[in-house]
Amino acid sequence: MMLEINGIRKAFGKKEILKGIDLQVEKGDVVAILGPSGSGKTTFLRCLNFLEIADSGTLIFDGEHFDLHAAKRRDVARVRQKTAFVFQNYNLFLNKTVLQNVTLGLTSGGKMKKAEAREIAVRALERVGMGDRLDSYPNQLSGGQQQRVAIARGLASDPEIIYFDEPTSALDPELIGEVLGVMRQLAQEGMTMLVVTHEMDFARTVSNKVVFMEDGVIVETGSSREFFERPKTARSKEFIRSILEKSESPMERRTPLSKISKIEPETLN
Amino acid sequence: MSEKIWSILIEALPKMLEYGLKVTIPLTLLSFSFALILSVLVALIQYANVPVLKQLCRVYIWVVRGTPLLVQLFLVFYGLPKIGILLPAYPTAVLVFGFNEGAYMAESLRGALEAVPKGQLEAGLCVRMSYIKIMWHIVLPQAFRTAFPALSNSLISMVKGTSLAATITVTEMFRQAQVINARVYQPLALYTECALIYLAFCSVLTVLQHLIEKRLNRYGGVKS
Repeated sequence: MMLEINGIRKAFGKKEILKGIDLQVEKGDVVAILGPSGSGKTTFLRCLNFLEIADSGTLIFDGEHFDLHAAKRRDVARVRQKTAFVFQNYNLFLNKTVLQNVTLGLTSGGKMKKAEAREIAVRALERVGMGDRLDSYPNQLSGGQQQRVAIARGLASDPEIIYFDEPTSALDPELIGEVLGVMRQLAQEGMTMLVVTHEMDFARTVSNKVVFMEDGVIVETGSSREFFERPKTARSKEFIRSILEKSESPMERRTPLSKISKIEPETLN
Repeated sequence: MSEKIWSILIEALPKMLEYGLKVTIPLTLLSFSFALILSVLVALIQYANVPVLKQLCRVYIWVVRGTPLLVQLFLVFYGLPKIGILLPAYPTAVLVFGFNEGAYMAESLRGALEAVPKGQLEAGLCVRMSYIKIMWHIVLPQAFRTAFPALSNSLISMVKGTSLAATITVTEMFRQAQVINARVYQPLALYTECALIYLAFCSVLTVLQHLIEKRLNRYGGVKS
């Protein structure tokens, strides 16, 4: 087992966001974390990388034990060294070029020589199809391109697992494909990934495991095929139905509008 | 009559300019550099929420912004010697101008720091940069870009503010104008000339500000 997560709890003020989350991830797993907004998916992911400090919970990473509540500075660095995090809003360094965005983390603190970092960065950027925009600034790129650079930034440090926090939620619909394409390619290359997403197609066809969360607990977990074909709980059945309706029949969602336009002539008369 | 005024003005110009370039400008640059370093420290201490030091910074800003610059100058130059602290005029001016403008600049910078999206810091942490490195390479440069117009304001206001140093015996450009006027008594003409030289200095700075802002815009520009 590569990753063993036990008993993560987290409250903001009096509101309990996570009520004890356990999860096991094996090397090469692509885990889609699904659930309605406000169910705690993002907080869960952020706790794993110490972007939020959990109230309690432990992490066993390749046999190393970490306390998610009371980790020492060294432990935090150790966990972050093994992981990469891709944000919903990309969070590229706005005052740095594409190339600098990727090299900065590698060279900072004398970790690596500049030339070596550049080589690694260029390779990572080529992997996501951004090798021709090395000197552009983030604001000169589309959202999809920025997110691909952000993925390259994560890849450059050679992580054992990449956390994706709704990587396509901020993108225009026509830009989602290029980011999902990169993620699909990473999955095929055997990268271990934990993906909070609303992209059912990705969850169904790319991920091998699905975690369904609601109200701070994991309601159901299983292989993605099982989850979509034979959901075990009533709640997940309902969730799948509502999501599929939304994503598969965008035209039908607009029916109320067409009804209105049919009514319109009458009301006008 | 008017020919006489012209010759006085022409004669006075190099003398005033000399003190403008030799005293006013260096005094401004020294005071501004001091103010800049001080304001970055004060803004960062508040941004990073350092206990005790943060409260000290708030008191500093409160006191400095709440008292007149002229009174601060007099207090340090004429007042402090009474308790044995005796500073020469020029260093007093640098210190007081620096501390004074530094308080305003610290507030400009603090606002700009807080306007940098939190995600920039988080992204830096995730690629294992230290807090200091993230501040230095990512957050501060972006804050400087935002605060740049306000900081330019401070610099320009300081150029003119240094004329107050005349009141504590520093012979800078305005003091020189007073000295010449005492001899020839042409206050309207001479002080107008003096004002125009200040205006020229500030115009250069305004053009510089515009050019630098253009350059800084390279990463905040429109999509290509």
